[in-house]
Amino acid sequence: MLAYTIRRVAQSALVLLIVGLVAFSMFRFVGDPIENMLGQERTVEDIERLRDQLGLNQSFAVQYYRFLEGAVQGNFGVSYRQGRPVAEILMERAPATLELAAVSAILAIIFGIAFGVFTAIRRDGFVANFIMSASLIGVSLPTFLIGILLIYIFSVELNWLPSFGRGETVDIGGWSTGFLTESGLKALILPAITLGLYQMTLIMRLVRSEMLEVLRQDYIRFACARGLKDRTINFRHALKNTMVPVITVIGLQLGAIIAFAIITETVFQWPGVGLLFINAIQFVDIPVMAAYLMLISVMFVAINLIVDMLYFFIDPRLRVDRAGGH
Amino acid sequence: MSAAVLSIHNLSVEIPTRTGVVKPVDGVSYDIAAGEILGVVGESGAGKSMAGNAVIGLLSPPARIAKGEIWLNGTRIDALKGEAMRRLRGKQIGMVFQDPLTSLNPLLSIGDQLTETMLTHLPISRSEAEKRAVAALEEVGIPGAAERIDSYPHEFSGGMRQRVVIALALCAEPSLIIADEPTTALDVSVQAQIIALLKRLCRDRGTAVMLITHDMGVIAEAADRVAVMYSGRLAELGTVRDVLTQPQHPYTAGLMASTPLASAGKERLHQIEGAMPRLDKVPDGCAFHPRCEYAQDKCRAAPAPQISDSHAACWFPLIAEKVS
Amino acid sequence: MTDLSNQTVAPKVVQKSRLRVFLDSDIYYTFRRSPVAVVSTIVVTILVLSAIFAPLIASTNPFDPASLNLMNGFTAPMTPNAFTGESFLLGTDDQGRDVFSTILYGMRVSLFVGVAAVLFAMVLGITLGLISGYVGGWTETIIMRTADVQLTFPSILVAMLIFGIAKGFTPIEYRDQMAIWVLIIAIGLSDWVQFARVVRGATLVEKRKEYVEAARLIGRTPYAIMLRHILPNVLSPVLVIATISLALAIIAEATLSFLGVGAPPTQPSLGTLIRIGQGFLFSGEWWILLFPAFTLLTLALSVNLLGDWLRDALNPRLR
Repeated sequence: MLAYTIRRVAQSALVLLIVGLVAFSMFRFVGDPIENMLGQERTVEDIERLRDQLGLNQSFAVQYYRFLEGAVQGNFGVSYRQGRPVAEILMERAPATLELAAVSAILAIIFGIAFGVFTAIRRDGFVANFIMSASLIGVSLPTFLIGILLIYIFSVELNWLPSFGRGETVDIGGWSTGFLTESGLKALILPAITLGLYQMTLIMRLVRSEMLEVLRQDYIRFACARGLKDRTINFRHALKNTMVPVITVIGLQLGAIIAFAIITETVFQWPGVGLLFINAIQFVDIPVMAAYLMLISVMFVAINLIVDMLYFFIDPRLRVDRAGGH
Repeated sequence: MSAAVLSIHNLSVEIPTRTGVVKPVDGVSYDIAAGEILGVVGESGAGKSMAGNAVIGLLSPPARIAKGEIWLNGTRIDALKGEAMRRLRGKQIGMVFQDPLTSLNPLLSIGDQLTETMLTHLPISRSEAEKRAVAALEEVGIPGAAERIDSYPHEFSGGMRQRVVIALALCAEPSLIIADEPTTALDVSVQAQIIALLKRLCRDRGTAVMLITHDMGVIAEAADRVAVMYSGRLAELGTVRDVLTQPQHPYTAGLMASTPLASAGKERLHQIEGAMPRLDKVPDGCAFHPRCEYAQDKCRAAPAPQISDSHAACWFPLIAEKVS
Repeated sequence: MTDLSNQTVAPKVVQKSRLRVFLDSDIYYTFRRSPVAVVSTIVVTILVLSAIFAPLIASTNPFDPASLNLMNGFTAPMTPNAFTGESFLLGTDDQGRDVFSTILYGMRVSLFVGVAAVLFAMVLGITLGLISGYVGGWTETIIMRTADVQLTFPSILVAMLIFGIAKGFTPIEYRDQMAIWVLIIAIGLSDWVQFARVVRGATLVEKRKEYVEAARLIGRTPYAIMLRHILPNVLSPVLVIATISLALAIIAEATLSFLGVGAPPTQPSLGTLIRIGQGFLFSGEWWILLFPAFTLLTLALSVNLLGDWLRDALNPRLR
C-alpha cells in the first residue's frame, strides 16, 4: 500500500506540474504581460526595467521554476483588471464558493444514491420509471436553465426566495459564512439546488446502472439461494459492491461541482471564485485565470488522491499487506 | 413417494420469446430420497440447471413454471411466492453454484457470510452463530478454521472457496442440496476432494442431493441414481449401475460411449453425430430422432413415451431389442 | 423489387437490398418498438430542417437592421402591437425582433457549432487514437497521458479555458468575428478523448493482424488500410459517442454563450438569446427568455434521448 500511495502522489505531482506549465504558458505567451501592466505612456526603459523585474529575460525553465515557486507560496501576481494581488482576491471569494459547493455536494450525494438504489431495486416500477425519465430531462437540462427556471418560479412568480447574491454574511476569523443568517440560508437554497441537481442525476444514474450490474452477479444469486432477506441482499451485499466504482465518480463529481459553480454563480450573481473566473475570461485577465486553474487543479488532484485511498477501506482485495496466504 | 424429500411431477418451464414460447424443461418427473444423491446429467442447454432453479424458485424472468408440481417434504412448493419461498431457500434447500470464485461476496468476510445466513434462518444468538460458523468451516475441511473466519474470499484458493460455498449451503441444515456443476470450475485434482466431501456430508446428515453435471465421471463417482436429460426432456432414469452399464436410451448409450471413463480400453471414443436442437427448433416426435441411429417412423411421428415402468423415454429401448 | 424478379430467373441465393437488410435488422426492430426513439428522431429532424431552412421559414431576418421596427419592441406573443398593430407568433424582443425568427437563426448557430465541434473532436480523436495505437511507445504515452490529465477536468472548464486563451491570442477587433470558430475549437478540443480511446483500442487489436504487415512489406502505408478495417469495428461506439457528444456540445455551447464567453450578440446562438432574455425576466417579458430556453431544452433532450437509445440498442448488455 505504501508503494501504491507513493506512486499515486508522484502521479498527482506530475499532473500539477503539467497544469502549472499550462498556467505559466498562459501567463507568458497569451497577450503581452508588459503591455497589460503598463499603460499607454511607457518608455523603453520602463519596459526593460519591468522585463528584468518580472524575470522575462531569463530562460524559459528558470521562469517556469520561479512561477512554480511563487505559486507554491500563494503568489500568483496581480490581477490586470483589479490591480490587486490575485491571492487576496481568491481568498476573499473562496468561502462563498466552498459553502455553495459543499451544500450542493451533500444534496447530490444523498439524493443521488437514494434514488439510484431505489430505481435499481424497483427497476420496472412506475415511480422508478418516472424518476428515470425525469433524470434524463435533468441530464439534458443545462445547469443555467435550471437556475433560470428556478428563479422564474420561486423569485419572480412566487417571490419566496432571493434570486441573486449571498444575503447577509457573518465574518468568522476571515471566513465569511452565510450559514448563520436567515437571509444567507435563504439565498443558498436556489443556487445549491441548481448546482446539485445535475450532479445528483449523474450520481443516481451511475448508482442505478452499477447496482443493476452487481445484482446480476453470481454472489447475489448465491445470496438469494441462501434465503437472505431482500433488504440484506440489496443493502448489505449489493450496495457495498456498487459503491466501489461509484466512489471514484463521486470524487470526480465533487471536483466538477466546484467547476460547475462557475455557471451557477453567474446565474445567481453569487460572489464566489467562479464568477471571478468568468469575468477574468471576458476581460482576458490572465493572472486570475492561471491562479484559478492552479487552485482548482490542486483541489481535483487532492480529491482524486483521497478517493483512491478510500478504496483501501472499502475493498479488502486491495489490502495486499494483510493477505492471509493461500 | 412418501420417503422422497424432493418430488417433481411433470415439470415444465417456459420462456416466452420474440418468436414464440420455448420450453427449456418439458414434462420432467423424478424423486430424490433422503440421503440419496441423484445425478442429473446432460449437455449444456438440456435443461438440467433450469430444473434446479425452478425447484429453488430462482428462475430469472421471463422464465416461469408452466405446469407440473414440485413437492418438498410433503409440501407443495412450486406455487410459493416471495417471502414464503425465501424462507425455504437456505433453510430447506441449499444450493452450490458452479464457480466458487464468483459465488462469494468479495467485500464480506466468510465469517460474516456464514453468520448472516444462520441468523436469517435459525433462532440463535450472534455468538452462537459465530461458534457454529467455525464448526461449519471445520466440517468442510478448512484448516485453521478459527483463524480464517475473518478472511475474505480472495484469500482462499478455488478449492477452498468451494468448501466455503458448501459450508454456506449447508449451514442452516437444509434437507435438500442442489449442486449445479459444483466441480466444473475446479482443478481436476480438487474435483475428487469436493465430490468426496459432498458425499460424506450428505451421508452423515441424510441430506438429499440433486447433483447437476455434464460429467459422467462425477456421476459414476458420486451418484446413487441418474437422470439423463436431453433437450428439456428426461431421456432415462435409473440407478447408476443400470444406466452406466446397460443404457437403454440410444442417447445415453452414445453418451456413455463418448465418455473416456466408461469406454476405457476402447481405441477410439464414440461421437454422437450432430448437435442438440436449439430450443426453438425442437423436432416433432422424439427430440433425439434426427441423431438416433435406430430412429424409425414412429419416433418421428409421436413424442417418446413418458418414463413409467421402463427406464428410458424411448419407443425402442436398447435392452428390449436385445431381449426380443 | 428487383430482388423478386431475380428470384424467378436465377435460383441462387437472393441478394437483399441494403434497405431490406436495414429494415430487417434488430436495430430497426428495436427502433420501431421504442416510441421515445421515434419521437425524438422526428423532433430532431424537424429542428434540424427548420434550422437549415431558417431564411425560408423566418418572416424576417432578425439581424438585418433594415427589417426592424423599434416600435414593435416588447410585443407579447399572439397579441397585436399597441402602436403598429402587427402581431407575432412568439412576440418580439426589446428591439422589435421577431422572437420566432431569432430562435430559428439562433438554432442554426447552435447546431452549426455543435455539429462542427463534434466533427472536429471526432477527426482529432480518431487520428490521435490511430497514431497512438499504431506507433506506440512515447507517442502513445504522451497522447494518452494528455487524455488522462484532460479527463480529470470537466470538459466545460477545459472549453472555457481554451476559449479564454484563444481570445487572448485574437486581436480585439477580430474577437467577435472569430468567436464562433474559437467556440468550435474549444468545445472540440475538450471532447476528443473518448473517440481516441475507442479507436486506440481497436487499433491495438488490428495492428497484430497479418494484412498490416503485408501492407508494409509491399511498401504501402498501413494507416489508410488500417483505417478501412478499424472504422467498421468502431463504427457503433463512435456513433454512440458522437450522438451523446452532440447533445453535450450543444449544451456546452449554450452554456458558454450564456456566460458571455461564446457566441457574440451579433451572431447569437440559443445560449446568447437566453442570456439576453434573462435581463427581461423580472420586468415581465418572459417570452424573450422562455421560448429560446424551451427550444434549447427540446433540442438537447431529443438528441440525448436518441443517443441514450442508440447506446442501449447497440449494447444490449447495458439495458
